[in-house]
Amino acid sequence: MLELRDVQVVFDGFRALDGVNLTVPEGELRFLIGPNGAGKTTLIDVITGLTKPAGGSVRFGGLDLVGRKEHQIVRLGVGRTFQTSVVFEELTVIENLDLAATFRQPLWSLARRRRGISEAVEQALTRTGLEDLAERSAGVLSHGQRQWLEIGMLLAQRPKLLLLDEPVAGMSKDERERTGELLTEIADDHTVIVVEHDMEFLRRHASTVTVLHEGKVLVEGSIDQVSADPRVQEVYLGRRKAEDAVGNRP
Amino acid sequence: MIKRHLPFATVAVIALVAAPLLLEPFRLGLLAKYLCYAIVALGIGLAWGQGGMLTLGQGVFFGLGGYSMAMYLKLNEAGPGGLPDFMVWSGVEKLPALWAPFASPVFAVGMAVLGPVLLAVLLGTLVFRQRVRGAYFAILTQALAAAMVILLVGQQGLTGGTNGMTNFFELFGQDLADDSTQRGLYLVVASVLGILYLATRQLVHSRYGRLLVAVRDGEDRVRFLGYDPALVKTVTFAASAGMAGLAGALFVPVVGIISPALLGVVPSLELVVAVAVGGRHALAGAVLGAVVMGYAKTAFSEQFADGWLYLQGALFILVMTLAPKGIVGVVGRLRRARTT
Ligand SMILES: Nc1ncnc2c1ncn2[C@@H]1O[C@H](COP(=O)(O)OP(=O)(O)OP(=O)(O)O)[C@@H](O)[C@H]1O
Ligand SMILES: [Mg+2]
Repeated sequence: MLELRDVQVVFDGFRALDGVNLTVPEGELRFLIGPNGAGKTTLIDVITGLTKPAGGSVRFGGLDLVGRKEHQIVRLGVGRTFQTSVVFEELTVIENLDLAATFRQPLWSLARRRRGISEAVEQALTRTGLEDLAERSAGVLSHGQRQWLEIGMLLAQRPKLLLLDEPVAGMSKDERERTGELLTEIADDHTVIVVEHDMEFLRRHASTVTVLHEGKVLVEGSIDQVSADPRVQEVYLGRRKAEDAVGNRP
Repeated sequence: MIKRHLPFATVAVIALVAAPLLLEPFRLGLLAKYLCYAIVALGIGLAWGQGGMLTLGQGVFFGLGGYSMAMYLKLNEAGPGGLPDFMVWSGVEKLPALWAPFASPVFAVGMAVLGPVLLAVLLGTLVFRQRVRGAYFAILTQALAAAMVILLVGQQGLTGGTNGMTNFFELFGQDLADDSTQRGLYLVVASVLGILYLATRQLVHSRYGRLLVAVRDGEDRVRFLGYDPALVKTVTFAASAGMAGLAGALFVPVVGIISPALLGVVPSLELVVAVAVGGRHALAGAVLGAVVMGYAKTAFSEQFADGWLYLQGALFILVMTLAPKGIVGVVGRLRRARTT
């Protein structure tokens, strides 16, 4: 379903992605890990059209994505969230979801008021558990609730492929737990790629993991294979442990 | 339902019934002029307040509308085969081809709206696709206003130059000097404003309005929701341009003149200040601001002509720092304070 071949991204001479190959079959829940600056966000940026690759190809469902505009890629069924969540604070939760859900309608048809709640919005509300906050403005939501709203907005768009950039960053333990369940549930009927740092979270919820390091794919495999790999321990886990020791990361 | 429409209905009754009965013709004429500005302000409220596009060049669209109307009026007075007075004075012998179609009132009024809309679509397509926004967009529109003035002044024989066009006597067979014609014009202006206000309010409350606010607050995020923000902005900008154009067309018979001084950088800025003072996030604020600032300008310029500019600048800074939601925001706060 998603296939990246030899993708290169260069920022002012710096190789952020240096020949990435990645294949994610339909229906998979794939985790993408790697130390800070490994190129995880850049990889998502390339798939979604925000960053143009200097070389290589990105194919999704048989179509070449390189050179397409962001909104066109979304229309093909690729949705994403950002590392820092962006919801529209002046709109209510429902309005945020509704805005996401109606993107396929022609612009002129939006000149009417919203009446009631569409099915897609209803489903997104129940799945993310935001029913009670439906009429509140998104500005009053907590950090965790915002992340769920973002995921809900994605769901309301009914994409085929979801790309989530660190969805549980900054969440409390309970919130992580809920998000993990939500992701597993979503993965039942979507292809999902999740960028995540937290090892415990990975152990609980991950099936296949891809490790990115210095713009290249280092290892790919099950969570046990990956965490047992000495190279991974060196570049990623070792470093994380060292960081944890000095308390750099929560 | 009734409660929601009560404020609008009250204002409509005052504007359409009380004002024409109570105000003497001179005052009613002034109000008509402010209401023309209020139509422009409504468009600014939509583009800037809702869509985040700070447009400092609405005078350009106002001018296109005004000049279209003025051209029709001039040709109508000159009669078939005749030349407008200012052309005769500047030695033009044959009617320029650009002028010819404006002999038709339908064409002239159509162009008053369509001209600005097309220009805004062109500009929006070029500018918003390149993701020009914020201050860059503001400066660009301001430069456009400056360029428009230079263009108009430079083409003396075509546009009347610095003096613009004046001496209009008749509109659709009615004597423009007549009080009843002016009262009729006032009613037309007030009705147009009312209709546009309702239509714009409907738009703001629609899904499109929500989308517009989303584009204002997070253009990049909107792109990843599958919308093209450039298109949303272009459409909105074009709507505001069309309103300004229509306002310009109404302004000419009401005030009796159109000239570069009425549509350059300063008048364009004055309207943005008025919208800020009234409250840019509410459409009613934009309209209110235009009327209040119109009256204030008339009152102050009578006493100290130069002082007004400084006073206006000071007021703008004051509003932006102390009451960013303008008069509407302050009134809303007072009302809430009283009820709680
Ligand atoms: N627009 C840009 N211009 C220049 N360099 C960039 C740009 N975006 C990213 N980089 C660089 O590319 C490298 C990869 O960045 P990226 O954001 O993809 O890392 P990441 O794996 O997402 O890291 P993190 O875990 O911190 O989110 C980093 O060294 C970063 O500094
Ligand atoms: Mg990142």
